[in-house]
Amino acid sequence: MYQKMLVPVDLAHVEKLDKAIKTAVDLAKHYKAEISLLGVGTNTPSSVAHTPKEFEQKLQAFADDLASKHGVSTKAVAHISHDPAVDLSKELVAKADELGADVIVMASHVPGIADHIFASHGGYVASHSDLSVFLVR
Amino acid sequence: MGSEADTGIESPDGAANPIDTEYEIGQDNIQAEIGPFGLDVHNPVFLISGLAIVAFVFLTLAFQESVGPMFNDLRGWLTSSLDWFFLSAANVFVVLCLFLIVSPLGRVRLGGADATPDYSYAGWFAMLFAAGMGIGLMFYGVSEPISHFTSSMGGIAVGEDGLRTDWAPLGAAAGDADAAFDLGMAATIFHWGLHPWAIYATVALALALFSFNKGLPLTIRSVFYPIFGERVWGWTGHCIDILAVFATLFGLATSLGFGAEQANAGLDYLFGISVSDTSKVFLIIGITGVALISVLAGLDAGVKRLSEINMILAALLLLFVVLVGPTMEIITGFFSSLLSYAQYLPALSNPVGREDANFSQGWTSFYWAWWISWSPFVGMFIARVSRGRTVREFITCVLIIPSLVCVLWMTAFGGTAVHMVTEGVTAIAEAGLPIKLFTMLDQLPLQAITSFIGIVLVIVFFVTSSDSGSLVIDTITAGGKVDAPVPQRVFWCTFEGLVAIALLLGGGLGSLQAMAVSTGFPFAIVLLMACYSIIQGLRTEPKAVGANSEATVSKD
Repeated sequence: MYQKMLVPVDLAHVEKLDKAIKTAVDLAKHYKAEISLLGVGTNTPSSVAHTPKEFEQKLQAFADDLASKHGVSTKAVAHISHDPAVDLSKELVAKADELGADVIVMASHVPGIADHIFASHGGYVASHSDLSVFLVR
Repeated sequence: MGSEADTGIESPDGAANPIDTEYEIGQDNIQAEIGPFGLDVHNPVFLISGLAIVAFVFLTLAFQESVGPMFNDLRGWLTSSLDWFFLSAANVFVVLCLFLIVSPLGRVRLGGADATPDYSYAGWFAMLFAAGMGIGLMFYGVSEPISHFTSSMGGIAVGEDGLRTDWAPLGAAAGDADAAFDLGMAATIFHWGLHPWAIYATVALALALFSFNKGLPLTIRSVFYPIFGERVWGWTGHCIDILAVFATLFGLATSLGFGAEQANAGLDYLFGISVSDTSKVFLIIGITGVALISVLAGLDAGVKRLSEINMILAALLLLFVVLVGPTMEIITGFFSSLLSYAQYLPALSNPVGREDANFSQGWTSFYWAWWISWSPFVGMFIARVSRGRTVREFITCVLIIPSLVCVLWMTAFGGTAVHMVTEGVTAIAEAGLPIKLFTMLDQLPLQAITSFIGIVLVIVFFVTSSDSGSLVIDTITAGGKVDAPVPQRVFWCTFEGLVAIALLLGGGLGSLQAMAVSTGFPFAIVLLMACYSIIQGLRTEPKAVGANSEATVSKD
């Protein structure tokens, strides 16, 4: 049913991704889908990487590691954003279409009061993407 | 500085030479949940600068009679007794920038040899203009050439104590209208041309180099790595960053407060909207509100788009004045003003032995301190949008082209206005500073439309300073992170508006602006050190020729 799964990852908070990654891997095994790991980085140095190129390499290493550990096929997709604090959700939706993904699996948090003022990324993606979205809370 | 092999830091796009440091970006940050909102701020910098700003506002409001004159005296003392220092420092920045254009170091590409530009020329140019100077051009474009022209015509006046009491530049040009015009234009262009843009370019280049090529966080302290080493991550760096936040916020808030007064005067002149505290507060709320929408829309959809709209409006207004005004006079005036600028430049920039103390201290030195105090903000914003340009391209576009645009602007608006004044239109000379532009536009056809564009430009230029300023302060107080949670930039943007309102209603705009300008002094020292850092940093970078060149890594 699914061939191409998009999994957005935040390399700065890998520890919070466990459940989402596990879900993605199980789904991918079941449907024999390929996992595209989408990382959104910045041009300026960040806690993850000093340069866009280093960011790409770290994401690739993360993808390779996942593939060898779980026996799924993975692909690293690095995207550099000018202003990720604002544009991240929009760019996730656009990137999913561009890559031709058919399902998005992503980590999100339990909605709170703040989400009524500043939409959470997961909430935005679920309501703006045409694809099936699996929010892991 | 180590080479790539022993740092573990991957190279940027193509050849570059990153700095080896143990510092991890965000390591001093505290990530907290305040109520429902997430925060990610640099530990001492965010808190101390926030508290210091609140404390200064309260002190100024509570002890207006003593604090106000104190800040004003401090500013006056700095710009008059240290005028030689400000003038020399600005000359150093100009020389450094001009040197970098011709030197082989100009071939270094920001972001590494293979980096590609983030923004098109149009978007890039619009943003650096809108952040740095747009608002000043609206207010001083007409008034400053008239001031210098009038004082030059008046000639030299000497007081009883033997000191000159006139405000004319250099030796003035008593009674000679042509010479006074040339001198006035040269003096104006001097204040808005190479020197201010060289100040901005120096800061911006230093930040871009140390962030994009050397891998250090995008915050002012990173520039000082070559001088202070690892100490920049401690209190030395905290102080530099706090000072930058302080200068930026007060610079923005006070100019927003004064801007509201000026915009109010313009609205009163055009539409009869009464000048009152209520209208000013509404103006500040309006400007801050639009700036908030802009920062919430982000750098590309908000700040950049607004800057581009502003650029187009400003270009239309300029084109209108050139075509409808005395076209030939403006075109020939552009070249003759450029020529007189070149002719008077050595004398005007001479830091010692000046006889025109009122001019060189009251105008030039004050301007330099003012530009320098704005430079952390404008420089950092320019840096953020300049990745992928070579140093030579960068300096050409941040120094040469803006200077030429300023010459054109000053000739079209100021030169035309001066001619109107000499032809007997006294209304322009008599009008107050905020409405000089509009009285000048009144002399041309379609004044209802052009004045409306004029007031929209004034207001939107305030918005573009306010939104880019909030992004800069947010980045500095987040330890160089550009992806800090959105509520933080909302906080800074709102805070700036609130400080402006508090100072407007309580009095103290003038004294805190004097305070903000005074920070130009420590920053001038900081900038001189940055010059050294730039040369050091560039010398260890491999040089690039084209966008995708296979540059060879030069081992140091």
